[in-house]
Amino acid sequence: MNRFAVLVVVLALGVSRADAQDTKKEIEKYQKMIADSSPVELFELQGETLWKKRQGPSNVSLKRCDLGLGAGELKGAYALLPRHFKDADRVMDLETRLLHCMVTLQGRSREEATKRVFGNADTPSEIEYLSAYIAGESRGTPMAPGSAHPKEAAAYELGRKLFFYRAGPWDFSCASCHGEEGKRIRMQDLPILSTPAAARPVVATWPAYRVSNSEFKTMQWRINDCYRQMRMPEPNYASDLTVAITTYLSVTGRGEPYRGPGTKR
Amino acid sequence: MKKAFKLYIAATLAACSSAPVSERPVVSEAELFEVQAVLKRDFHARGSAALSRLEPDAVQQACNLHGDGPPEALAKALEAQQFAAIGFPAGSLIGDWKRGQRIAQSGRGLQWSDGPKDVAGGSCYNCHQLSPQEVSHGTLGPSLLGFGKLRGNSPEMQKYTYGRIYNSKAYNLCSQMPRLGHSGTLTEQQIKDLVAYLLDAESPVNK
Repeated sequence: MNRFAVLVVVLALGVSRADAQDTKKEIEKYQKMIADSSPVELFELQGETLWKKRQGPSNVSLKRCDLGLGAGELKGAYALLPRHFKDADRVMDLETRLLHCMVTLQGRSREEATKRVFGNADTPSEIEYLSAYIAGESRGTPMAPGSAHPKEAAAYELGRKLFFYRAGPWDFSCASCHGEEGKRIRMQDLPILSTPAAARPVVATWPAYRVSNSEFKTMQWRINDCYRQMRMPEPNYASDLTVAITTYLSVTGRGEPYRGPGTKR
Repeated sequence: MKKAFKLYIAATLAACSSAPVSERPVVSEAELFEVQAVLKRDFHARGSAALSRLEPDAVQQACNLHGDGPPEALAKALEAQQFAAIGFPAGSLIGDWKRGQRIAQSGRGLQWSDGPKDVAGGSCYNCHQLSPQEVSHGTLGPSLLGFGKLRGNSPEMQKYTYGRIYNSKAYNLCSQMPRLGHSGTLTEQQIKDLVAYLLDAESPVNK
């Protein structure tokens, strides 16, 4: 992305500390600029095609997939996730539910369906496209993940404990980076995800397109990549652990109308 | 001189204290056990990141149990244990500041995405300001700009700096800084090079 390269040059040249304020302003300007030229819509369109495509041993599309509001009801469904699903008796986030539908409706194996969940710039993954499409169908709907069912409450509690749990060779928890006001890693601002004010804009904009590497990123990826940087082993995709963290973050940051998929640096 | 050094240590410890992080919950041992069981169930090994990394040590256990604020007696005892295991090398602890700069810049090491031949760095700039020329620095840790200029490079200062990088928990049990020597991330020579980056008068950190 040329504009990104321009920003890198701007940052590299803006060396003096007196320029720190200007640098911050430049970054804000840049963020506005990239939001205006985001290719998110293309991801949504491709996701819609995949949603309607017949696949798997059952040769059916995902159009009968129930994301919580009834089979095939997509408007506002993402805003209510994660939530407890009676048929699976499990709390599920978007990706976990999509995987459930691929297995139960399309007859695909979990192994096949999760073979390549995180794509790259050249070849985004099926679940990334689908996430873009389905999340986009909730634009304008206030985020209201499930919190009343006992299993939803338990997922929130587990997620909260995981958020603060320090582990691994570098003794990190989520809160090591996302626990204090106004902190950065390098130039990247870090929201305090345990506080509603900071969590809301995050919850309202994920999943998201990332300009710096031209990739579309899901929440399961976000958690996975944080654990990588924390020097931990890898969390299982769509596990109760990753869903619990998403539940904790989503409930903490609920209330803001969805305005994603977002565009990140 | 001695007194000034002690005062400085106290000030540094205060600056590095891990206290005001948003409501870190104090949990019971049973709750910790529950979280640890979930981790064992829902993680898998990848690359160099083996599942053995999920085993908590005494420091992590104490900090997790007490919301990063363990009782003073427990903290002191564990800090002493951590300190005793540092194994300070004899002689000067000042290596090569130029190599130290590269180590401070590098964020590699111990991630499953790092190859077996990748040389680890200290990830210092992720959290600290060091050289005034590097604007892309994090703010999770205190600024170390002018670190050696302000403090000198006496043997005590070298030892403190080496120890703090090797195992920050020996000085402040629930410090947010990784134990870069203790965890096997950096070698003795790499830590000496970082000490030079912080203390050498020629280092850009002190210009």
